[in-house]
Amino acid sequence: MLGLSMSITLFFPSWDFRSAESTWVGLDKSLSNGRVIGWSYEDPLVRGDGKPITVILNKDPKTGEEFDPAIRAYVYKPGTPFAAVVNHPDNLGPTVKSLSISKGKIDQAEKSAGAVFIISYADVNGEEWAYVENATATRGWTPSQVLNSTDESQHKYVGKGKTVYITEGCWWCHTLLPEHTQDWQVFGWPPYVGDMNGEMPTAFGSDRKAPDLLHVASRNSSREWMMLHFFNPRLVQPNSIMPRFDYLWGKTDANGNPIDFAKWRKEYDEYRKGLRAYPPEVPEYAPDTEIRALIDWILTSLK
Amino acid sequence: MLLKYLFAKNEDIPPGTATIFFGYSSIFWFVIGTGIGSFNAAKLAFPDFVTGTELFAFGHMRQVHVLAVILGWISMAFAMTMMYMTPALGNTKLWSEKLGLWTAMNWNIGLSLGLFLLWMGFTSGREYSDLIWPIDLVVIFGVLLPLGINVWMTIAHRRTQGIYITNWFFGACIFFVIVVFVVGQSAELFNLTGLTEGYLTFWFAHNVLGLWITPVAAAIAYYTIPKLTGNPLYSHRIGHLHFWAIIAFYSTPASHHLLAAPLPEWLKSFASVEGVLILIPAVAFVANILLTMKGRWSMFVENVEIKFSVTGVLLAIPLNMQGGFQQTRAINWYVHGTGWIVAHAHLALLGMSSFLEIAAVYFGLQQMLRRKLYSLALANFHYWFVIIGFCIYWISMTIAGLIQGAGKIYEVPYIDVVIAEHPYMIARWVGGTMVFTGNLVWLYNMYMTAVEGTVVPKGRYAHELAYER
Repeated sequence: MLGLSMSITLFFPSWDFRSAESTWVGLDKSLSNGRVIGWSYEDPLVRGDGKPITVILNKDPKTGEEFDPAIRAYVYKPGTPFAAVVNHPDNLGPTVKSLSISKGKIDQAEKSAGAVFIISYADVNGEEWAYVENATATRGWTPSQVLNSTDESQHKYVGKGKTVYITEGCWWCHTLLPEHTQDWQVFGWPPYVGDMNGEMPTAFGSDRKAPDLLHVASRNSSREWMMLHFFNPRLVQPNSIMPRFDYLWGKTDANGNPIDFAKWRKEYDEYRKGLRAYPPEVPEYAPDTEIRALIDWILTSLK
Repeated sequence: MLLKYLFAKNEDIPPGTATIFFGYSSIFWFVIGTGIGSFNAAKLAFPDFVTGTELFAFGHMRQVHVLAVILGWISMAFAMTMMYMTPALGNTKLWSEKLGLWTAMNWNIGLSLGLFLLWMGFTSGREYSDLIWPIDLVVIFGVLLPLGINVWMTIAHRRTQGIYITNWFFGACIFFVIVVFVVGQSAELFNLTGLTEGYLTFWFAHNVLGLWITPVAAAIAYYTIPKLTGNPLYSHRIGHLHFWAIIAFYSTPASHHLLAAPLPEWLKSFASVEGVLILIPAVAFVANILLTMKGRWSMFVENVEIKFSVTGVLLAIPLNMQGGFQQTRAINWYVHGTGWIVAHAHLALLGMSSFLEIAAVYFGLQQMLRRKLYSLALANFHYWFVIIGFCIYWISMTIAGLIQGAGKIYEVPYIDVVIAEHPYMIARWVGGTMVFTGNLVWLYNMYMTAVEGTVVPKGRYAHELAYER
């Protein structure tokens, strides 16, 4: 009896899952998140270590040729574990897998040397398919070349940002799964079958106490708004029940000055009591903080 | 203290030692779990309550509440009942008291460590499977497997001819929950990703309820109700229908938790149909127990263990009616992800399941300590605080869920839903705090029972003695 139920609920669906072809969204998620999000051997302290960097690339780092529009390069420094779709190409789905190996040469990627991946397109029987290209093998781009030829503001710490989303428990209230209702009109289209290939964890969320975030950056792409909202949600939405995430700023601001949280909270309380006309200024975050990574992830991945 | 027996010879350990260790541990975790629940609810009503520190952020506390009550309270109460019901029903002794004690020890240490790490943010990011996989291995090999060996060996060494329905459930459900843990956590161990991971997460979440929390709670009622009333079980055959129908119908509807995800459509339809069929074991169980109560309904008022047990069985009626129908496609889109589901989950775990376990822990501790419950007044206080607190919680969250559902349809800005829910969030906090208060009183009452309860004479049951307070 239990064997029968195991066959029906585990074995049969595994055929469907294996045949799911990865979409561009799926490739982007997997390549930008790295091997796995959450506790793992490359990230034992769950700080977002061992994750790739997503670089918004507007010119070829080798030839200098301009890219318009800019493309995304997923930079794995030497030693960074590769994404699940590179480690186990079966995760890509049969067609995307064969393209990624024959044209994309992902099987030639070496963890010890690092690699740069991009998403390319190929024509199969008149249809356009996205696949993973190992640009280190096909174009000779090295991780340091890509990082050095670009500005720091073009580096998006997407994998680290999603780690913050998981550890801080954002997904206990926000979902990443618009439902089959009028949800579509408010929160955008639901995910396609191939949108999750190689993603771990999917963190759909089950208890929605707050808006769905799957396409939040399409509705609001303001980095400043995000900053105010995370520091204290009541600054921009007086009735919000979201917790304050000011602790993600760390100890110092962008200029290296220590952030005086006690003073900030005192001034904010005075503002709430009507003793001040304006709330205190929200400090600008430093580039290596968790809040920067979190906002990077939202604005890069959740479109 | 009981811990001195950890290194004693098995023959030298008095029977019931493992039961007592598990019993007090479970009550302790119930207090911790509901206390954190009350704290979390306060944060949902008043977001600036304890703010500015990462450790007391809602996102760090929510999963600690969930796993403290599931793995701490409910599962340890299950282990406690297995430690005394399985031998009693086999007319024998527990196979190994020492193994039982060590299981309880591992359990407390492993769970404390796991929850501490979870609190600090060490998580796998998978709902109900949040514990990182080394802790999952501790749960499987340090806790569930030793518990299973003890129960299976006790059943094998029974001195009765047949196996009573309670032991059928105990033996089978430990096997199931081990399988469910191994399969569910394999996603983390073997880096399974994407839809496979998402599906396995809810496959685990569904089956740990369906093959562990609900059936074992029902198995406990199959013991406590006949034992306390003196009536034989109405029908052992209906009990078997319940048992086999649970395995057939409750082990399959996992994907009804993910009707909005792009899972195969055949799988979702299959799950929804099987989900309605769960009504078969549910009705079999409720009818069997209520018919067993025949002629003894005065005990529902007079006897505190029966009061808890029967309340739990009565709460199984709305639980299964909701559960059977809210997971169909026709209804699910309206309530999915809303407070309705939160209310339903608490109806299952705090309502139906916990009430049955509370009764069994009351009964078992008095039997094994050989002491009469310290105070009936405090026990009644416990009952009324938990049931009223639970009802406030359940009703307010159901209303909040319906508001959220309406908010989906009429496309109101989400913040207006948050504003409309605010009074119900306060009610939820009040209800949860009442449950927590009741449990604190329970812990005190059970401590006083161990210290000052009237000694039960040999050959008598505690419930045959009159209360002194």
